[in-house]
Amino acid sequence: MESLTFRHTTKTPLPGSVPSAITGVVASGNLEILLERVLPTDVCEVAIETPIAGYGDVWEAVVADFVARAQPGGLRISINDGGARPDTVSLRLLQGARLMEA
Amino acid sequence: MTEWRREKLAREARIEAGRVHAAGKVVPAGTAVALLEAVLRPGDRVCLEGDNQKQADCLARALSACDPETIHDLHMVQSGIVLPEHLDVFETGIAKRLDYSYSGPQGARIAKMLYGGQIQLGAVHTYLELFARYFVDLTPNVALIAGVSADRDGNLYTGPNTEDTPTVVEATAFKNGVVIAQVNEIVDKVPRVDIPGDRIDFVVEADTPFYVEPLFTRDPAAMTETQILIAMMAIKGIYAEYGIRRLNHGIGFGTAAIELLLPTYGEKLGLKGKIATHWALNPHPTLIPAIESGWVKQIHCFGSEVGMDRYIRARPDVFFTGADGSLRSNRAFCQTAGLYACDMFIGATLQIDLMGHSSTITQSRVAGFGGAPNMGSDPHGRRHPSDAWMKAGREGEIVGDPALMRGRKLVVQLVETFGDKLVPTFVERLDALELAKTIGLELAPVMIYADDVTHIVTEEGIANLLLCRNADEREQAIRGVAGYTEVGRGRDRAKVEALRARGVIRRPEDLGIEPLDADRALLAAKSIKDLVHWSGGLYEPPARFRNW
Repeated sequence: MESLTFRHTTKTPLPGSVPSAITGVVASGNLEILLERVLPTDVCEVAIETPIAGYGDVWEAVVADFVARAQPGGLRISINDGGARPDTVSLRLLQGARLMEA
Repeated sequence: MTEWRREKLAREARIEAGRVHAAGKVVPAGTAVALLEAVLRPGDRVCLEGDNQKQADCLARALSACDPETIHDLHMVQSGIVLPEHLDVFETGIAKRLDYSYSGPQGARIAKMLYGGQIQLGAVHTYLELFARYFVDLTPNVALIAGVSADRDGNLYTGPNTEDTPTVVEATAFKNGVVIAQVNEIVDKVPRVDIPGDRIDFVVEADTPFYVEPLFTRDPAAMTETQILIAMMAIKGIYAEYGIRRLNHGIGFGTAAIELLLPTYGEKLGLKGKIATHWALNPHPTLIPAIESGWVKQIHCFGSEVGMDRYIRARPDVFFTGADGSLRSNRAFCQTAGLYACDMFIGATLQIDLMGHSSTITQSRVAGFGGAPNMGSDPHGRRHPSDAWMKAGREGEIVGDPALMRGRKLVVQLVETFGDKLVPTFVERLDALELAKTIGLELAPVMIYADDVTHIVTEEGIANLLLCRNADEREQAIRGVAGYTEVGRGRDRAKVEALRARGVIRRPEDLGIEPLDADRALLAAKSIKDLVHWSGGLYEPPARFRNW
């Protein structure tokens, strides 16, 4: 098990007012994401629990791209990973952000 | 005086020796070993029919039970190494040399045996290439083939899986060879004559029906959003862009997803009748919704697929069928159709390097080629134009007189950036090179060479390699769609953005596709059961796919 945390500053807060959302499932090759609107509006923090160690730089790149694209200011995002591939992680993060914007 | 009939006389001697074990041409399964020991000679070139799907398994068991003292050092020339018996004969010394095409199911064991020197390998071929050599320098002395039924004169009904049989028989029977067919039953009259009886010397009534491998069934329930996103990009960015009507699909989940999106996403884009109308393809169950929705004009098949027979019988306007109503497939003709009459091949692979060379070889498995290198190559002998072919030709034209320009076949690699267990699809160096060195192959087993590939589609975007003007652009175009693999993260961001500005790389948003719209709700069928419903109950999936 490896724990990773990435903290980013965003240009804007994530639109919408949904306080929290969950998407995805904990399953092999998949992941569960909890999103909570609990941080200052220009901050996003992503905390990851993954069973596969050694992919820190990939996670860092995936999270950075997600933050640049979605500008998820105000969100604390907790990821419970089941060995998902990076493209699945990206997709779930974007799906989560969309749920929070609703 | 020169003797011009040596082969003919040798053939007659073999037939005479075999007749001892036959009633007319008919031999019971229990006597098959004795028949083979009577007919075969040490060092013979033997084609033991192992196709992509249909297997002469009864004769394979008989051959592996022959006495290696009597029958040894055979040179096997067959397209598929599929059954364990196909390799057992090399362990016992019955066979020594091998020329073949495809070894998917035996990929790990054949790698070990090649490495251990138990097999003297001639070459790993494409199907058409091996078939061609049957008529030049690999003509079989004896062919052991499979059919559904035969009459007592040897007239053979192959059933829907005709596959390689006509080619194998043509090369053997007309060049003084002996043809032995195993059939599921001996009948008074065959439903149709696929091979005339005067080309068949012996008919073995098999103890069990021959084995058929269901290779082309992809369960829609296992399709992921990533595969759907890739399929959406391919449809909009390639099929619609080039107006692809004549095509061949590989067997992966990505192309199966495309098949299932035609009646939904394709319909929404107004593409019905404009793309994907004429096919060189096995009867993929996932194509049923598109056929039922009127997308597909016709399909010629390499072989059949388990469970599709009743459906095909009911759709003779779409499929090639015989007077008996069942499918007539033919691998050699369909490969030729895929090579010369299709404007696009689209399929998956396991590894792509920085130039676009691709391979399905991993360090411990030798899967062979099958037909992909023929489907996935630009045939320089093509001389008929089509809009798609000419457009690709214009895009790829760098220098030269435009009046002498020729078209290009589209060869599209559809891959996810990571495969199973987070194994990256994009690599600096193909494992195939290491394997070639390890087992001493003169030619590295490359599935599709870089200069044949026109597009690579991943979940990150489409790289149009036709538009790349030098090796550096090509490498950055590939890195630019390689996602979070090391190759992808090693990109020059500025160069990749410049390529995107020129349309060499296109992202989902450049194509007007929202990745979050890539939803399983878009699939015309979400399960095998849905496919059965679409077929009006005519599709009969094999047991392992019935999970309801």
